[in-house]
Amino acid sequence: MCLGIPGRITAITDAARLMAMAEVSGVRREVNVACVAGADLDALVGQWVLIHVGFAMSLIDEDEAAKTLDALRDLGEAQETLEQMARSDEALAVEVGA
Amino acid sequence: MKFASEFRDPVAARALLSAIARKVDEIGATRARPVHIMEICGGHTHSIFRYGLDKLIHEGIEFIHGPGCPVCVLPMARVDECVEIAERPGVIFTTFGDAMRVPGHRKSLLQAKSTGADIRMVYSPLDALELARRNPGREVVFFGLGFETTTPSTALSIQQAAREGLTNFSVFCNHITVPEPIKALLDDPDMCLDGFIGPGHVSMVIGIHPYDFIARDYGKPIVVAGFEPTDLLQSVLMVVTQIAEGRAAIENQYARVVPEHGNPVSLAAIADVYERRASFEWRGLGEIDASGLRIRSRYAAFDAEEKFGIGYAAGSRNVPEVEGCACGAVMTGKLKPTGCPQFGKGCTPDLPLGALMVSSEGACAAYWQYAGARVAAE
Amino acid sequence: MALRDTHVTLAHGGGGRAMRDLIEEVFTGVFHPPGSEDQARLMDEALRQPGARLAFTTDSFVVTPLEFPGGDIGKLAVCGTVNDLAVGGARPLWLSAAFIIEEGCEIALLRRIVATMAAEAARAGVRIVTGDTKVVDRGKADGIFITTAGIGVIPPGVDIGAARIRPGDAVIVNGVLGDHGAAILAARGDLALSSDLDSDCASLGHLMQAALAAAPGITAARDCTRGGLASALNEMAAEASIAVELDETRLPLRPEVVGVCEILGLDPLYLANEGRLVLFCPPEQAATALAALRSLPEGVGAVQIGQALSGPPGRVSLRTAFGGARIVDMLVGEQLPRIC
Repeated sequence: MCLGIPGRITAITDAARLMAMAEVSGVRREVNVACVAGADLDALVGQWVLIHVGFAMSLIDEDEAAKTLDALRDLGEAQETLEQMARSDEALAVEVGA
Repeated sequence: MKFASEFRDPVAARALLSAIARKVDEIGATRARPVHIMEICGGHTHSIFRYGLDKLIHEGIEFIHGPGCPVCVLPMARVDECVEIAERPGVIFTTFGDAMRVPGHRKSLLQAKSTGADIRMVYSPLDALELARRNPGREVVFFGLGFETTTPSTALSIQQAAREGLTNFSVFCNHITVPEPIKALLDDPDMCLDGFIGPGHVSMVIGIHPYDFIARDYGKPIVVAGFEPTDLLQSVLMVVTQIAEGRAAIENQYARVVPEHGNPVSLAAIADVYERRASFEWRGLGEIDASGLRIRSRYAAFDAEEKFGIGYAAGSRNVPEVEGCACGAVMTGKLKPTGCPQFGKGCTPDLPLGALMVSSEGACAAYWQYAGARVAAE
Repeated sequence: MALRDTHVTLAHGGGGRAMRDLIEEVFTGVFHPPGSEDQARLMDEALRQPGARLAFTTDSFVVTPLEFPGGDIGKLAVCGTVNDLAVGGARPLWLSAAFIIEEGCEIALLRRIVATMAAEAARAGVRIVTGDTKVVDRGKADGIFITTAGIGVIPPGVDIGAARIRPGDAVIVNGVLGDHGAAILAARGDLALSSDLDSDCASLGHLMQAALAAAPGITAARDCTRGGLASALNEMAAEASIAVELDETRLPLRPEVVGVCEILGLDPLYLANEGRLVLFCPPEQAATALAALRSLPEGVGAVQIGQALSGPPGRVSLRTAFGGARIVDMLVGEQLPRIC
């Protein structure tokens, strides 16, 4: 349900109708920005938004994205440590066995 | 693609899979006695199959595919009503591509198009609005379909049409809401769910608190999740962590997109244009109280039900579903798609019997498309 | 210049002078078919070789819009038929071209399309030797429909086809996938998308000949048109009773194609291509085949994307970036844009 994709606002195309150009991976489409517009419409240019059926539905919070990725990185590192420990345990077992 | 490809990192995925496996072992769940996690949203079902997550994840996790595909839960009678409107002279009927192949009793929209109805696929209700501007002599009807994610787009389009004084634009409203059917599922005595993956894009509009009752009243963990593979895996990890710790809370894995309280502009537009129906019929689930929206009387000029005297405006006709179709049981998690006697026999994507086989987000179609022969062979 | 009209009228299909003027000025004046009879009389040295075989194919072309970034319906009509011959191992030699033209079609547009056909035929080394035109009432066609048929010669010793595919064969494509399908979706305008994507439309005769010369062990090839790579591979896997496993990380895709697919919820494996082929060859010849493909402009992006397996017969699967797998089945119908 509800295909949504990240895109970047590149220009305001029709301020009265709250329309802006968004770019998704080199593809452009005009989107409505009513849901994400603040007092200064031009401040949207350069912002990343989540687009659904031609509407920018939410501003993407870059700090939160970074936090999620950091958590994933930490988990990856912890996983590596675990695997290293498992490997050295195996190596020790082999030595002891020998 | 920024904000997407970073969340498809195989290294992170492997770490998440291992962490999930450790937690599942800690709980003591096994293939025979799995943890049942329902991903409510069809988009999540799609991601699970697209990335093969169902086969990578610890066998002590069983995904139950929820009712979150608006096409799948659309009753056949509503498709019939679409066809009826589309076949009226002078009408341009616009729809998302998703709905084109859904069978009605008489025909699908695709078949109606082939027999002469002017049916056009659009990407956005804005495109339907543009068609109305360019074709003042025609009635442009937009098939308003979808959950809270999509509802603001039609609400804002109706408001825009009102501002412009367009008289030839209307919406055939079939918008539905997520929390009510989840409550219905939880009230089902046969329910065997241990936790939920919440639909992230719905929460982007309504926030996370409409799901508080799941944790508070039913003691089930729910994590609002993004749609990339590591989003999903991280959310599963968060659910099983809650289970391991004996907690039940609502958590937000998708904070980069989902604000805690949703989007105020969207919510205001929905409240301005729509009101709740007393109840709405869900395919496979039956009538669910307060689960559907209708256009308020002040926007009646943009309500296709009023304009054409069709549908709930004319009283529900309660046309029965196809016999032998077990979509309801599959949607409530009582039956796996492959457990349906019709799966791959009387019901295939070529000749779908039930809606779950029609929409690519339907659990059955996803099983078939991404697992096909593998599942059939099992 | 006897032809003064700006648009095609029913008179141009009526068999009289108007029709003759249209044919002479717009078609034969550009294609220069040999002789003036209604049939082409053909001879080529390649036909004299003992063991040489004729290859014969036909295809109809309909596309909206008629002109799109990277080509037009005329270029499609030449490339499509040339490629059908080429992937069977034939050297394409002659084409026919039949036009069904809707009343009201702009003659300038027709001239542009015919010019691209002539240029593409020259590039592909084929001659358009016979043709036909019909004019139908407005609304009875969509601008222009073109049907081309093609004849080529398969040299002695060349014998490729899906039935020859063996488990272990490398699966190779000649470049990025889905450009044509994505470019057409964007160019159509009803989805209001814009991009700098060009159709991949190209004739692959020379490319296929080069690949076969370098890697004579090539077992089979197909052009990945409607239904995309996924459909071509499903057909081949079924005919050969083998399985194909693709490696997701190796699939060549342009970011813009990924963008169009993400926006519309489409799978690039099913997008149409008009200048892409997929070929199978024994693993020990994969490197030479790739080098030969990459030496020509239509093959610079050539890459191995997977391999043939012994079974289950007919199954095409994709190994995802994290080691998951999914089936890549035939589509039921056309891919439709979706929101959910």
